[in-house]
Amino acid sequence: MSDVTYTGQTPVPPVPEVEEHPHHPFLQHHFEDLGQQHEASTLGMWCFLTTEILFFGGIMLAYWIYRLAYPDAWSVASTLQNTTLGATNTIVLIMSSLTMALAVREAQLGRRLGIVAMLFLTLIFGSCFLGIKMYEYHAHWQEGLFPGSAWHWNENPELAPKIQLFMTFYWGMTGLHALHMIIGAGLLLWFMWRAWKDQFGPEYYGPVEIMGLYWHFVDIVWIFLFPFLYLIHGHKH
Amino acid sequence: MDSATHGTAPDHTPHVHVTPLWVYFVVFAALAAGTILTYLASTVDLGWANTPVALVIACVKGSLVILYFMHAIHSTRLTWVVILGSFLWLGVLFVLTFADYLTRSWAIY
Repeated sequence: MSDVTYTGQTPVPPVPEVEEHPHHPFLQHHFEDLGQQHEASTLGMWCFLTTEILFFGGIMLAYWIYRLAYPDAWSVASTLQNTTLGATNTIVLIMSSLTMALAVREAQLGRRLGIVAMLFLTLIFGSCFLGIKMYEYHAHWQEGLFPGSAWHWNENPELAPKIQLFMTFYWGMTGLHALHMIIGAGLLLWFMWRAWKDQFGPEYYGPVEIMGLYWHFVDIVWIFLFPFLYLIHGHKH
Repeated sequence: MDSATHGTAPDHTPHVHVTPLWVYFVVFAALAAGTILTYLASTVDLGWANTPVALVIACVKGSLVILYFMHAIHSTRLTWVVILGSFLWLGVLFVLTFADYLTRSWAIY
């Protein structure tokens, strides 16, 4: 007791040894190393995608409840869709997923211009998808297939109210999907800029991978929306 | 899951698993074929089977994207728990809801 002098100051921790190799500029201080940081970010993104799966899943559940209740209306409503454009858009989106996966691969290999090029192609395919979608929206608007006061489609008066319900799901689900695509396009532009500034490489490709997880998820949503909305007319109850 | 290299043991080195190009192109071809197949299947009258066929094709396509494009096949076991957990809860949502709707004798089904 007697040899401890109270100075009123907190003890100063020992000064850490100066590291010979400086940290990677993008290693956050709360991670041990880039490997741990990569795993944590992948896990975190999947936790976010869980909420997205349940978000779109909940809407699809509501869709199925009404599809089973009104099978005839759903069949007729599906014939009002442009299947050729829907199928084309599915292929376009799958191509954008391929180039997104290749962008991650280019990042893993540390090929700066390769990343930029693949992200650019992904952006082009994504924009094509949105362009075709806007064309379809315009046609549906003209046909009076927008629910509410703009609705004037009445070829089948008996089924029209239920088809309006189908179209509510159509606009809602494809609209939310398109919103995700637009956010993805913004992310692609940002990531093209970051790749151009040479911020990604074999040690640090995590962000491109996470961007890819988002983009592929949006692709998966469309893989389900395409048969749900465009391809019901083959089967009649 | 590549448990031989990325198992439960802590692996603190950045692991880069570069998938060969042909894998990506084969998966892309399978996804495109699946799209054409689901379209063709919808033009044939399979009776009650049309809907299950479309759902199975969509699930296979989605699984291919998750496994190969999203690299789930090389991810850690903890990530697998989160991925499978997502679909488990989605399944609970569907099963319990339809256990109600489909068993209401007074409903429109």
